Amino acid sequence: MNTVVHRTVRKKQTLGDRIFSGLNYAFMILLCASMVYPFLFIILSSVSTYDMSAGGFSLVPRGFTWDYYGRVLTNPDIFTGYVNTLIRTLLGTFFSVVVTLCMAYPLSKRTFPNRTGWTALVVFTMFFSGGIIPTYLLVKSLGLMDTLGSLILPELVSAFNLIIVRNYMQTVPESLEESAKMDGANDVTILFRIILPVCAPIIATITLWVAVWHWNAWYDAMVYISSPGNQVIQLIMRRIVIQGSDALTQMMDSSMSQNHISPEGLKAATIMVTTLPILCAYPFVQKYFVKGILVGSLKG
Amino acid sequence: MATIKSPTVPLLTKYWNNRFLFVLLIPGLIFFLVFKYLPIYGLLIAFKDYNFFDGILGSPWTGLSVFQEVFSTPSFWEVFRNTIVISSLQFVIGFPAPIIFALLLNEIVSKRAKRTIQTISYLPHFVSWVILGGLFLQFLSPSSGPVNALIELMGGRPVYFLADPNWFVPVLVATDVWKSIGWGSIIYLAALASIDPELYEAAEMDGAHRWQRLVSITLPALAPVITIMLILATGKLMDDNFDQIFNLYNPAVYGVGDVMSTYMYRKGLAEMQYSFATAVGLFKNLLSFTILLGANWLAKKINDHGLW
Repeated sequence: MNTVVHRTVRKKQTLGDRIFSGLNYAFMILLCASMVYPFLFIILSSVSTYDMSAGGFSLVPRGFTWDYYGRVLTNPDIFTGYVNTLIRTLLGTFFSVVVTLCMAYPLSKRTFPNRTGWTALVVFTMFFSGGIIPTYLLVKSLGLMDTLGSLILPELVSAFNLIIVRNYMQTVPESLEESAKMDGANDVTILFRIILPVCAPIIATITLWVAVWHWNAWYDAMVYISSPGNQVIQLIMRRIVIQGSDALTQMMDSSMSQNHISPEGLKAATIMVTTLPILCAYPFVQKYFVKGILVGSLKG
Repeated sequence: MATIKSPTVPLLTKYWNNRFLFVLLIPGLIFFLVFKYLPIYGLLIAFKDYNFFDGILGSPWTGLSVFQEVFSTPSFWEVFRNTIVISSLQFVIGFPAPIIFALLLNEIVSKRAKRTIQTISYLPHFVSWVILGGLFLQFLSPSSGPVNALIELMGGRPVYFLADPNWFVPVLVATDVWKSIGWGSIIYLAALASIDPELYEAAEMDGAHRWQRLVSITLPALAPVITIMLILATGKLMDDNFDQIFNLYNPAVYGVGDVMSTYMYRKGLAEMQYSFATAVGLFKNLLSFTILLGANWLAKKINDHGLW
């Protein structure tokens, strides 16, 4: 029935419809181009021997070289930063997801005492917070300065993620748990055998969510981390690209060969090295992300 | 809630019956109390002359004198004005943008084209402002950026997008919309997908054209989602985007680009004026919270959809 109606409608497309549709496509193409080109420009810039824009707008690199990547990847600061970011992302994501799941489960149970009160306690923090100075002083007085803890603990559980997981858990039919209880399963078995498997999609979603957050995080590292050996990649990249730090001149100077070196190329390669994991993972994680948003916001 | 609870069982017994669940709750609870509620308690230093050795409790009370100091500092009001200007522009342009984007995307018939556009439009959301800061610094550079190359090609003069006070705020608004338009549209696209297609078919039979269908079917269906997003957005009116501004600004544009969060960061963490910066933060938080409550109250009055 539906298809029949659609077909008759499409036949009757007026001139106005066609103009609208044409303009709409043109707008979408322009918008997508504006989103892809900056990244493409950086990719091109990172492999082109000469400054990309010297010859105007271009879609191919101006002379080809892997030299910048060689310099960036052999830079000790960048290597340290990469390892630190990897560690904080793995550990931070693990602890964050475990604590979020543990907390979401009781809050999803209708029979849990004072459930609304505990939930309100969490939700309130989404709208009112102590702000940067009290948080900084807290981290300092807990002795977390310059440790991995300062990068993991202050944002361990996101209230938003917690609510999304809780909402998802609430959609698990209670009959499922009750029948398991009839069969003599205890709370632990129910959580591991029934709840967690059913919640796999949402767990995947927030895992990726938190992982991307950790990979991209830099502010906490700027404020809490003082020794260069503990620094994360985003901040090292920030120093090289935005502030043009010593690391940049180091990389410029370390040329044994007589190749042409442009600072723009080095910066672009640094940006690429930092962004590549996100860009590679992006097509795969994107679907989960969207699902998570929908589950959390609409079913809530 | 109340209907499930049986009033005869004492509360402690109920917790005992749910002890396994309560144990699960504890780690998260400790986190929220320590890392979210202790800083709220730490806001007390806005009313004290704080020094690290005396701590929050030990530092001497000063009443409202820190606030008096804040409100009589001219730079505070400059920053306050900048925040309002930037946030309201980002609100006025950035709030409807994803809605319009979702509506336009919804008009695209080809499923594959639609999915491709969606995938591309979410991309900037995943990239941090540090990277985007570096990227835009190169991309908008007057000497080596492609945007200025294009402007020169068309006979224009190169523009110092990030160093010209006249251009800085438009760049902030544009890059913010650019980063969030795709991601922000997800929730509206979902709401659009849940509209019964028969409504449209019936309207088409009756000869309703595109605009009429939009006004009488689509927008009413989106109203609840839009209301909730609107309330949340008003709560963020005083929240400037620290990540964005901190990575794009420079002393040349402090006059228009320095906002509450960057100001707090410089005053508090760079100049170590803890009480001053905390007072600025508390003022900002109270203002945000009041606006949010007001918007929620108003929305409930007007169309019954509120946050709580």
